[in-house]
Amino acid sequence: MMTETELLTWVRGPGFQIATIIFVVGVMLRLFEIIMLGRKANLAEAKGSEMSSGLRTVFSRTLPDASTFKRSTFTITAGYIFHIGLFVVIFLFAPHILLFKEVLGISWPALPSTVIDATAVITIITLVIVLVHRLKDPVKRFLSNFDDYLGWFVTILPLVTGYIAFHRVGMSAPALIAIHILSVELLMVVFPFTKLMHMFTLVLARWYNGAISGYRGVQS
Amino acid sequence: MSASFEKGYNALKEQVDSTVASFFSSCVHCGMCADACLFYTETGAPERTPIHKAEPLRRVWKQEYTLLGRIGKLFGIGAKVTDEMLEQWETLVYDSCTLCGRCSMVCPVGNDIADMIRKTREGMAAAGHAPPGLIGATKRAVTIGSPMGVKLPALQAQITHVEKDTGLKIPVDVEGADYMLLLSSMEIMNFPEFIDAVAKIFKHANVSWTISSEAFEATNSGIQIGSSDIAAELVQRIVDAAAKLKVKNVISPECGHAYMAIRWDGPNLIGKSYDFKVVHILELLDDLRQQGRLKVSGRLSQRLTYHDPCQISRRGGVIDEPRNLINMIADNFTEMPDTGKMNWCCGAGGGVSSNERADEIRLQVFQRKKDQLDAIHVDGMISACSNCRIHLEDGLEEYHMDMPVLSLTETLAENLEDN
Repeated sequence: MMTETELLTWVRGPGFQIATIIFVVGVMLRLFEIIMLGRKANLAEAKGSEMSSGLRTVFSRTLPDASTFKRSTFTITAGYIFHIGLFVVIFLFAPHILLFKEVLGISWPALPSTVIDATAVITIITLVIVLVHRLKDPVKRFLSNFDDYLGWFVTILPLVTGYIAFHRVGMSAPALIAIHILSVELLMVVFPFTKLMHMFTLVLARWYNGAISGYRGVQS
Repeated sequence: MSASFEKGYNALKEQVDSTVASFFSSCVHCGMCADACLFYTETGAPERTPIHKAEPLRRVWKQEYTLLGRIGKLFGIGAKVTDEMLEQWETLVYDSCTLCGRCSMVCPVGNDIADMIRKTREGMAAAGHAPPGLIGATKRAVTIGSPMGVKLPALQAQITHVEKDTGLKIPVDVEGADYMLLLSSMEIMNFPEFIDAVAKIFKHANVSWTISSEAFEATNSGIQIGSSDIAAELVQRIVDAAAKLKVKNVISPECGHAYMAIRWDGPNLIGKSYDFKVVHILELLDDLRQQGRLKVSGRLSQRLTYHDPCQISRRGGVIDEPRNLINMIADNFTEMPDTGKMNWCCGAGGGVSSNERADEIRLQVFQRKKDQLDAIHVDGMISACSNCRIHLEDGLEEYHMDMPVLSLTETLAENLEDN
């Protein structure tokens, strides 16, 4: 039986390395799998540029048009909140930035931990609401499969474990941090094989969408 | 063509490319495409969510082109495509989708869902799970040359009528003309006034043009049913006729999918760029307007709106041209809420109108167009697709709405100076 400190050492060392390798190799493999399929050159005479329209759509698709916002208000609003929340909590929390500095060698300013704490609470609550909505909304419930619930679970878990670790509830600090890191490692291992991949592939998808439209002279 | 499940499965496999793979990899099941689809908004049926219609293609992509899917397939895990499944999807893919592409404009991850459904149809058709109405239309297109069975004598009869009415000569098989005009069967049979209008405008603007007796049909059932082989054959007929008459340009008429077929899909279907240019009639008319070759007499004072045919506007790129032309002749042009590239489909494109089984649902979803029209109180609606036009008239009648549906080309012709 491992001690708490041994567990923490393992999740920070070999555990983290394994998870990182699976994450990086998995994401590369998935992207390679997509890109190597290629697509045929378009022989029709172009009316607009693929490249500029594609690039524009990569960014412009982040903002819905007014009418779409009106029709999908909940999905868009909740989506914004938890995506921004995740970004803030993952990338702007001081201890996380230290880790990124260790791994990537670069660092950036952090937000005060009280702000991170509040953001985490908002994000967790939003994710819970999003799940309830997924279970209740006829379209979302109909479309959802195991992947959707797994993706949700491995996303909220590090938030919850992180929140508990931050507030030192129940267990000792090393144990709480070890559990938090483990939950992140679970996310990293699962990531490439679930819909969480959209974080990377949406750049491709949006580019193609914009390119297909732009070629015909329409800005999508 | 003989259909089988194996052919369908292979056809689906052939459709997968890097666009399809990145689209399916990105879908998060957010359901926003449902909110953008009139077949969902007007029926509330979750199975009509656009991305769900492409499920057969997704399964093939997953099982054939992803590592996890292939491992799963080895162990018999993962959702498979079966013949029963395709049969079940037939009404979703054909009756509940007009390939209008509105979903493709709102998908937050950028999936071109309409294209994914269009690709799914390739598998459906090859497996023999296409609607009887569309199969019939496609057979007629191949054997007779027109989905409605319109033969050359019928066109000749209409030309004789038009010549008598207008006193203008309709040029047929004139070698070396600048433009070769294509027509949809619906224009020939239901709206011969279109030929009349084109003749007047071209006389007015001094455009050299002709109709080919060998390839006058603009529509392409192969595109609608999802059979690239047939679609290519139909495109080739036009390419051959254009070469024979040595024309520099081919005009796509007031028909949505015909423009998609000849302008955007055509060269890719036959695997070769054209030696001629394809222009939509509205592009040509707007070009003439810019050159100052269209002189209009009075202006229309009624409150008019424009219904964007999906394949011409959102999917085709001809959005500003109709507006320029309408503003030239109308004082009171009003846009519908959600317009141009975000317009709502009439409900009968993409082969839905050739599919009698979908008659009820296409009228049900017309409610969307009704709501759009109710918001602006117009006296008339202009459009540029005879398929939209017939269905819009149908829908207006069904919902007891009284307003004329006008062809843009015809309306323009009526307001020319020397007319």
